[in-house]
Amino acid sequence: MFAYIVRRALYAIPILIGVNILTFALFFMVNTPDQMARVQLGDKHISEEAVEQWKQQRGYDKPLFLNTEENSQGLITDTIFYQKSFNLFLMEFGRSDAGRMIGADIQQRMWPSLALAIPTFIIGIAVNIVFALFVVMFRATAIDTAALILCVALLSISAIFYILGGQYFIAKLWHWVPISGYLPGFEAWRFLILPVAIGVVSGIGGGTRLYRTLFLEEANKDYVRTARAKGVSETKVLFKHVLPNGLIPILTSVVVVIPSLFMGSLLMESFFGIPGLGSYTLDAIQAQDFAIVRSMVFLGSVLYILGLILTDISYTLVDPRVRLS
Amino acid sequence: MSISILDVKPVFLFSDILIYILVASLGLFFYQLMRNPLSRARWRGVFQSAAGMAAFVVICFYVLVALLDSIHYREPLPILENQTEVHYSQEIRSALDLIFVGVHKRSEKTYSSPFSLQLFTKENMQDENDNLYRDYPMLKHAGQHLSSPAEQGQDVVNKSLLALLVGLLISAVFVGSHMLWRKIKKPTTELPWWSAYLTATVLVLAGSWAIGLSQYYHIAGTNIVGVDVFYQSIKAIRTGVLIGTLATLLTLPIAIVLGISAGYFRGWVDDAVQYIYTTLSSIPGILLIAASVLLIDVYIELHPESFSLGAVRADFKFLALCFILGMTSWTGLCRLLRAETLKVSQLDYVQAAHAFGVSNLRVIFKHILPNVTHIILIAMVLDFSVFVLAEAVLSYIGVGVDPSMASWGNMINEARSELSRDPVVWWPVLSAFVLMFVLVLAANVFSDRVRDAFDPRFGKG
Repeated sequence: MFAYIVRRALYAIPILIGVNILTFALFFMVNTPDQMARVQLGDKHISEEAVEQWKQQRGYDKPLFLNTEENSQGLITDTIFYQKSFNLFLMEFGRSDAGRMIGADIQQRMWPSLALAIPTFIIGIAVNIVFALFVVMFRATAIDTAALILCVALLSISAIFYILGGQYFIAKLWHWVPISGYLPGFEAWRFLILPVAIGVVSGIGGGTRLYRTLFLEEANKDYVRTARAKGVSETKVLFKHVLPNGLIPILTSVVVVIPSLFMGSLLMESFFGIPGLGSYTLDAIQAQDFAIVRSMVFLGSVLYILGLILTDISYTLVDPRVRLS
Repeated sequence: MSISILDVKPVFLFSDILIYILVASLGLFFYQLMRNPLSRARWRGVFQSAAGMAAFVVICFYVLVALLDSIHYREPLPILENQTEVHYSQEIRSALDLIFVGVHKRSEKTYSSPFSLQLFTKENMQDENDNLYRDYPMLKHAGQHLSSPAEQGQDVVNKSLLALLVGLLISAVFVGSHMLWRKIKKPTTELPWWSAYLTATVLVLAGSWAIGLSQYYHIAGTNIVGVDVFYQSIKAIRTGVLIGTLATLLTLPIAIVLGISAGYFRGWVDDAVQYIYTTLSSIPGILLIAASVLLIDVYIELHPESFSLGAVRADFKFLALCFILGMTSWTGLCRLLRAETLKVSQLDYVQAAHAFGVSNLRVIFKHILPNVTHIILIAMVLDFSVFVLAEAVLSYIGVGVDPSMASWGNMINEARSELSRDPVVWWPVLSAFVLMFVLVLAANVFSDRVRDAFDPRFGKG
């Protein structure tokens, strides 16, 4: 098991290098630092000195790969690639283009993101499982068909409309919760309850439909039919056989997103003014702060790969037939 | 000198040319599919369900609107004295504007609610005796034919009845001629045509009502700069449909080539392809898209000379967005195709083909590709609605289509800040919501039917 994890972690390195090279190519070779400086400074007729100064302040004035002016060590380390891309492997994000420490920002902003993402994730799965089981209980009846139609309809609504609708009716019209904002500590719950609810509701359509399929697959298996033929009651079949065995594919399929919960939700956080990593990323995109976007791309890839490894491990934990090799 | 419709100058945007090529090639693709008896039987399965039929009719309507909106032209400006050549307007119009008979020219000053005769905000005004007062000014274009605002209720009812009658006539002609055709041809299989007739009638009625009434009123209100919201949201159909089809089709070549070669050749090809798609899919999709779009923005900003016309610039950015969406979303299909190809290339007859010395390329085209077509088809219809929904989110984030281009995402984005206003400006959001919901719902229902019909695993569930 341990050896497997180590091997998977080693396998992640070439992928992260790939991510790194891709982002590097996107951010520094397709668009040179010169062009970035001009766009950031926002003036068409900007002087060369201003561009040079902007680049120097942010460390973009170095050569891309090889610094021929430096001696042995500086040849590689004193370049944009080493300082801006390689350091990401050490989880050193450096400064944003606006001059703030990205690492400190991330540490501070991950808590509101987690406070929103974890409840949404857990409640969302629980609600979807309950709904799916309910629908499976009434499979091949009018309730099943109606629920399926409802799911497809819910699935066809953009997440933005859920947010706008929730904000309008619950916060604005009925004044149940504040429209947006955030307070640290336990006071946060008043601000989180609406985004969590909206996050759960907007996922019901897709989640319930998917889990229904998974439960139905289980419910049509031979051993379930045998149990029913023996005269086991329908409720018992559902809760003793279908639910535990149907949970396996559900849980293993959601493991992959757990690490990515850190990244927060771009939409939710910006609509509700929650100072998490999602709104951080969004602000960076809108301000064209490439240093932050680059860091978040790298962090997101690391978390995704972590999710893949966790998925493999979770397979062995729930299903003893799967052996990692 | 008068100007007739014949004097206009046709404009071909890149995306216009693309959409016509696309429609033609899609037509060819489906024609090919129809010639194959097995896939014809499967298509029949799609259309044998009333829901699938209705969804298809809805999608056809949207595509038709998008096609009409892709015939662009520039109107000539009135010819002044001492002028020898004709100058053309900077604004690009489309065939859809002809159907709307100049709704784009009937702009108001700012917000007005649906069917309202007044602006949404009060303004300082002067009466005949030069007394200043504050009230809602009357609209410049809506309800001009009324002699007093009190008549509006009756007038709306009259105009609605007239428009519905026209709509009923139009749909009766279509439905009637199709029924006649069926009577003569006597097709062997019975499809639920009633569903298609019903959907088409409802759509034609809704369309003729909306177009008829928007000649006299702003049926969905106006936006902050006074543009008719209904007109705007209809114009957004082209953006939505195009982004869905273009981005989907752009994922296909790369996913098919890489997926099939990985599954077929195995070895280092497989390793390389797996590496590429794991790397690409490990980057958070929205960030990769945002980063690429930002780079396009920088490119446009630094090359202003190539994009003199606003519409050309918007069009370039739009195509770039489709390209980026396509390039970042092919990994899922590629993975599926690789797995299926691995399976199919183990089949006996493929092995036999190898033994007979058939070339790799021929085996792929004759044996592998036909056996994975259903996966490609299912992925195509599934992706379509994903991209339509993605457009709204991307426009909200600020990395979507150009703000000058009509799109549902832009409409929502503009209206978003107005939701905090009191009383609320709700009509742009509602209008975008309805049109988007209908399209995505139809696409989802249709893709479900296609999956049920083509995917052996879903068969009778």
